[in-house]
Amino acid sequence: MKLDCKHVWEHISEYIDGSVEAKLREDIERHLEHCEICSAILDSTRNILILTADDRTFELPVGYSKRLHERLKEEIERSKQEPRVGEPE
Amino acid sequence: MRTMETNEAGLIARIVAGEKELFHELIRPYERMVYLTLFSIVKNETEAEDGAQETVISAYRHLASFRGDAKFSTWLTTIAINEGRKRLRKAKGAAEESIEEEVEAHEGDYSPAPLTDWREIPLEALERKELREALRVAVAELPDIYRQVFTLRDLEELSVEETAQALGITTGTVKVRLHRARILLQKRLVPFLKTTAPARRGFFGRAL
Repeated sequence: MKLDCKHVWEHISEYIDGSVEAKLREDIERHLEHCEICSAILDSTRNILILTADDRTFELPVGYSKRLHERLKEEIERSKQEPRVGEPE
Repeated sequence: MRTMETNEAGLIARIVAGEKELFHELIRPYERMVYLTLFSIVKNETEAEDGAQETVISAYRHLASFRGDAKFSTWLTTIAINEGRKRLRKAKGAAEESIEEEVEAHEGDYSPAPLTDWREIPLEALERKELREALRVAVAELPDIYRQVFTLRDLEELSVEETAQALGITTGTVKVRLHRARILLQKRLVPFLKTTAPARRGFFGRAL
């Protein structure tokens, strides 16, 4: 089946995730071979996902980890008065 | 994370059996995930950090009730989501207005922005600070239901199934929301990406 661009866009997210069925994947790939527009859309979307997963894009507040473990340490100390952890309150 | 699972199950058993300090080690790989989950819901750094601490403390206290039928990361994410929603309701002061009930009410245009003058973003573009900033802003501005799915799936890299489980929605809904989130981001960011197009094409106005 020959796909038009719009059809390709509808499946772009699943295509990136590799979850489209084999036949559709083939059709999409054939379309991408000759369609500059869809190739560019695919590349740009993929690159946005690469950027999203990069740790430098979404940073944690400075000192977050240290404060978290300090709080946890207090909690662990406190819970040592109890016989076991993890019992429902 | 996959290779850690056996080790993780062992850690959990030891913690529950009394080696409580090991919880520091158990939680360390997930600190970032917990914070980002909270942030995707409350959209405020201080609230997200407080919520992340509460999530970790709650996970510590209830660790014995973790059954291992879900992955630890999914279990932890569920606690984080509940904590975030609780804080959101409190902030809104309207317990009735349940965010869980928010659905895809609006028919929007979910077509990507077409690009014709280049095929790939040059690698240098991904290194530019303003592109990162633009992405942060664009993600923050996504409708809540899309941002939450996008955060779990593309930022924290949970699977579709894990995302569905953590949010209490179907995998079909995850896919639809994820698709829309990605397309909306692509659309928002294209003007930024275009500024890196070859100079001969002229300067593309920075529309955002």
